[in-house]
Amino acid sequence: GLFVWRLRNTGARQIPCRLVRLYHVASYRLITFQYFNFLKRMYVTQCNKDLSQRAKPKSDSIVSAFHELQQLDQEKKVVHKISSVSPVHQSWSEMSSRNELREMKSAAETEDSVIAGGAESKEDRQWKEMKLRLDDLPGILARLSKIKLTALVVSTASAGFAMAPVPFELTCFLLASLGTGLASCAANSINQFFEVPFDSNMNRTKNRPLVRGQISPLLAVCFAASCGIPGIALLTLGVNPLTGALGAFNIFLYTCCYTPLKRMSIANTWVGAVVGAIPPVMGWTAATGSLDAGALLLGGILYSWQFPHFNALSWGLREDYSRGGYCMMSVTHPGLCRRVALRHCLALIGLSTVAPVLNITTWTFPVISLPINLYISYLGFRFYRDADRSSSRKLFFCSLWHLPMLLLVMFTCKKSVLEKEDKGELRGGSHEMAMEIRLP
Amino acid sequence: PPAHSRRDWIGPPDKHSNLRPVIFYVPPEESALERRLREARQEAQASNQRFWARHNRAFRQEKEEFIYSRLKAKGLEMRDESGQKATLNAEEMADFYKDFLSKNFKKHLQYNRDWYKQNFRITFLMGQVALVRALRWLRRRKKNVEQ
Repeated sequence: GLFVWRLRNTGARQIPCRLVRLYHVASYRLITFQYFNFLKRMYVTQCNKDLSQRAKPKSDSIVSAFHELQQLDQEKKVVHKISSVSPVHQSWSEMSSRNELREMKSAAETEDSVIAGGAESKEDRQWKEMKLRLDDLPGILARLSKIKLTALVVSTASAGFAMAPVPFELTCFLLASLGTGLASCAANSINQFFEVPFDSNMNRTKNRPLVRGQISPLLAVCFAASCGIPGIALLTLGVNPLTGALGAFNIFLYTCCYTPLKRMSIANTWVGAVVGAIPPVMGWTAATGSLDAGALLLGGILYSWQFPHFNALSWGLREDYSRGGYCMMSVTHPGLCRRVALRHCLALIGLSTVAPVLNITTWTFPVISLPINLYISYLGFRFYRDADRSSSRKLFFCSLWHLPMLLLVMFTCKKSVLEKEDKGELRGGSHEMAMEIRLP
Repeated sequence: PPAHSRRDWIGPPDKHSNLRPVIFYVPPEESALERRLREARQEAQASNQRFWARHNRAFRQEKEEFIYSRLKAKGLEMRDESGQKATLNAEEMADFYKDFLSKNFKKHLQYNRDWYKQNFRITFLMGQVALVRALRWLRRRKKNVEQ
């Protein structure tokens, strides 16, 4: 497969640049690379002065980096859905290019990788008036709330909703999705509010709105409140109190536990994995109103998945973590990092086998999912044994397609407790889960 | 920033600290509250700048020293025949990263505490200032309407 990359040339110094955001004026050029033949050093070609807005269709699955360093300042969980093949490649490239740029930075081993701004566009070098422009506001808020990540979180929640063994209700589904989306926006905004100086020092995150002064911290907090409070209220009153409680708890876990913990102890990774596991549980409870074994299993699958994904990613970002003061396993306990990744790859196999036992899916699910689970476990084992950049990259990229595929297979193997019409309704009702394959 | 501007201006990231400096506008009729806010922001900016500039400089320095000592142990020079700077690969640098992180752990904990306090205080003051301004604006409008 081919990956499409956007990289920018920085003149003499060939530093890979960040991904162009939708509203940002930048120059770049498309470069294509062979997927599995990455060279250690990526060479950037020149830029052209084109400004193009990349409109991404909403149904595209995008994989977001876990822990944006935001480090990776860490962003959050990755969620995805694949609707068709080519957008997947494109979205992989977007996602992976974002991650890859970070990885490439550490791979390139430039001493000056910490230089911010560097050869960014001219605009960046200028002094800007700190005035809020209303026409920029939507873009700024989108970046503040990490809208793409939010979209992925909402799609995992819809996966949870879809897997629940109850008749599909459209209004409930929409309310749950909207509530989850608002809660996610709020959590992401508060996260950025807390991390301004750290974000400034990391290449991936140095162009966030608060870092650039495009929005004041007060406005960021007000925005978070105006998303979070209606979001949770919507979930509690419009769906059910359990989902609302889970949503509120998740916001708390992410902003008040995970974010500060990132700089204090490696336990942040486990907390972060729980944060990523809760949205599908929320989807399930939205549908059924109760927290039963199926919800926990789905949460468990997402929880386990976070580890190979994040640990592999963080392997290439050790320099930025170390300088930024983030306590991550890849820096402090590298052996543990790889062990945990492998352990959870194997756990995914186990969890997939439990699914039919709990009557969520038929027995075809563990059988069909075995190849992909074995493959990711194999890559996990290679990462464990080799502990180098190429094995970490392979594992990371595998995780990007592994989860959407697993969820898709799970959905197709869903135990149909109800009549076939509901299945059809399900398919038609949820545009985010466009089913391209036929049910067996 | 232009002299006639009535707003704050934010600049490009600093070379050492990667933070963006802000030049604050001092309005002639600045209230005590607004002055407290501005001073808090200036103070925070200065202390953050100091911290990160020092921290990043230390990182770069220690990294150089580490590379130098490792290369020496391997019997290589800092620059090879073509004049290129010799570097270590990621696995060799990992020891340095781990070491640096643990050495600076306490420093970061202290900084985190200070940063959170600063951030909350500044945001709270911003809220107060915004509230006062909003009330003032409402009062002015009421007066205009009455007139």
